[in-house]
Amino acid sequence: MSQVHTVFGSITDYTKGSIELVSGEARHYVFSNMFEVAARSQPYERVVVARNMEYVQEVLRAEGVSPWFACSHDEFALCMDGEVTVDFIKMKAPPDPAKNGAVLAGDLPEGARMGHVKLKRGHQVLLGAGNAYRFTATRTGVLMQQTVLGDLSVQKWREICFI
Amino acid sequence: MSANLAPVVASEPSNVTGYRSFRLGKFELSRDAYFVSVRWPAKGAKRSHQMPADAFLRACMRDVAWNFFYGWVNFDSVIGTRNHYGKVDFYAGTFNGALKEAGVDYLEQFDSGHIMATFKAILRDWVNEGFDPFAAPVETGTAFGPKQGDNIAAIERTRIATQRMPGLPGDSPLRDDMPVNRAFADVAQDEPEIHAEPGFEGELHAFSLFKYLSRSDVTWNPSVTAVCKASLACPTTEEFILPIFHGNDRVEWLVQLSDEIVWDVGDKNTGAPRARVTMKAGDVAAMPADIRHQGYSTKRSMLYVWENVTPGLPQRYETGELSPYPVDF
Repeated sequence: MSQVHTVFGSITDYTKGSIELVSGEARHYVFSNMFEVAARSQPYERVVVARNMEYVQEVLRAEGVSPWFACSHDEFALCMDGEVTVDFIKMKAPPDPAKNGAVLAGDLPEGARMGHVKLKRGHQVLLGAGNAYRFTATRTGVLMQQTVLGDLSVQKWREICFI
Repeated sequence: MSANLAPVVASEPSNVTGYRSFRLGKFELSRDAYFVSVRWPAKGAKRSHQMPADAFLRACMRDVAWNFFYGWVNFDSVIGTRNHYGKVDFYAGTFNGALKEAGVDYLEQFDSGHIMATFKAILRDWVNEGFDPFAAPVETGTAFGPKQGDNIAAIERTRIATQRMPGLPGDSPLRDDMPVNRAFADVAQDEPEIHAEPGFEGELHAFSLFKYLSRSDVTWNPSVTAVCKASLACPTTEEFILPIFHGNDRVEWLVQLSDEIVWDVGDKNTGAPRARVTMKAGDVAAMPADIRHQGYSTKRSMLYVWENVTPGLPQRYETGELSPYPVDF
C-alpha cells in the first residue's frame, strides 16, 4: 500500500475547488475557500462563509491577540491552521440572553479567570455561553467558528464566492 | 414503536437463494445473488427495477441509520424515500423525470415505524456475514452470493446523537478506544491542552475533531459534534460513493476539512444534471434546497456537514416562503 497522505489546507498552501455548471448559476452554491478568505481578511475579522438563516460559520484569521469576545449562547471554534491559545473569563455581567452572535467584551472583562486552552490544527473548543474569550496566535492561523449572525459578523459574499 | 404498527410482511426463505422477499404496501422487494428487485403497479401493469445488491444495502443502511434523514433519500435514479417526519413515502420513478412523464411511477406513504421495521428486517435478512454496508468497499467482504449468515452488529449502528459536544460529562463519547483508520494513519493524534484555574475544572472543554474523525469506522454517516441552538455540526468521513442521492428539503452546507470530494448535483424533482462541484480542503459550499447531490471521494476524506434543524423548514421551502438559495448576492 502506498504511503497515506491526508491533505489539509493552510493559509499559505491551499487549492480551491471548482464548479462545472450544466444549468443554474455558480453563486447558488455560495462557494468559497476558508483559507483564501482568511488570507484576505484582517486579523480576527469575523467573515461569514456559510449562512443558514440566522446561523453562520465565520472564518477568522488568527494573528496576534484578538479582542475579548463574549456570547449569550454556546459557540464552537475549530482550529484549521496554526496554533491558538484561548483565554477564558467567567463574566460577572454576561451578554443579554436575547442577543445573538458574538459581541465585544471590553479591554478586560470583569470576572474570574477560568484558564486557557491551547489549540492546534483539528482541535475544537467550546466557547461556552456567558464566558468571555480571547484568541492569541503565535503564528498566523485560521479558525472556523460556529455561531449565530451577530453585530460583528461580516458578510462580503461577492468578494469571497464564485459568481 | 406503536402497538398498532402494521406487521412486516415477509415470505419464507427462498429454496434457491435463502433470502426472504418482502412486501411494503403494494411494493414487492426481493433479492437474489446479485440484484435487488423492486416491483410496483402502474398503468394497469406491474413495473420493475433492479439495483446491485451492495448498492441497495448501502443505501437502505443509511436510510435506517439516519431515520430517513432530511428530505429525499434516493437509493438510485428510480427508487427512494421521502421523509415527512412521522410518515415516509416510498416511491419508484416519482422523482425520475422520464418515468414520471410516462406515468409509470408509483408512490405509497407509510407510518415511519412500519417502513423502518420493514427496512430493518430486510437488512437483517439480506446482509450476509462479512459484509458491512457502512464500510468502504476495500474494507469489507462481498454482498453478493446466496444467503450466508448475517452481520447484525454492523447494521445496528446508529447516528451518534450529541447534546452539546462529545466528551462533555453525560454527552456522547470520544473515540479514544477505537483504532485509527488506515487512510488517516498520518493524522496527528494529540489533544488540546486544557489548563483550568482552580474551581473551573470541567468548565473548559476541547477535543481533537480530526483525531475523532480519523477513528470513525464508518463512511458517509454523520455524527453530531457541536450543537448551537438548531445549528448542528455533523462531520463524517467519506470514501467511495455516497450510497444515496440526497434530495434536500432544506439548505445544507458542506465544509471540506481534508482531501477532496466531487459532487454530482441534479434537479431534486427530475434528477436532471445541474452541476459537478469539486471541493478541496478548506472549501465551503451550500447545497440548495431544490437539488439532489451525491459525492465521490477516492481518498478517505473528512467532511463537515452543517445542518439546520429549525422546526417547520420543509414546509417553508415547499411553499416558497424561503428561497432555495441561502444567500442572495
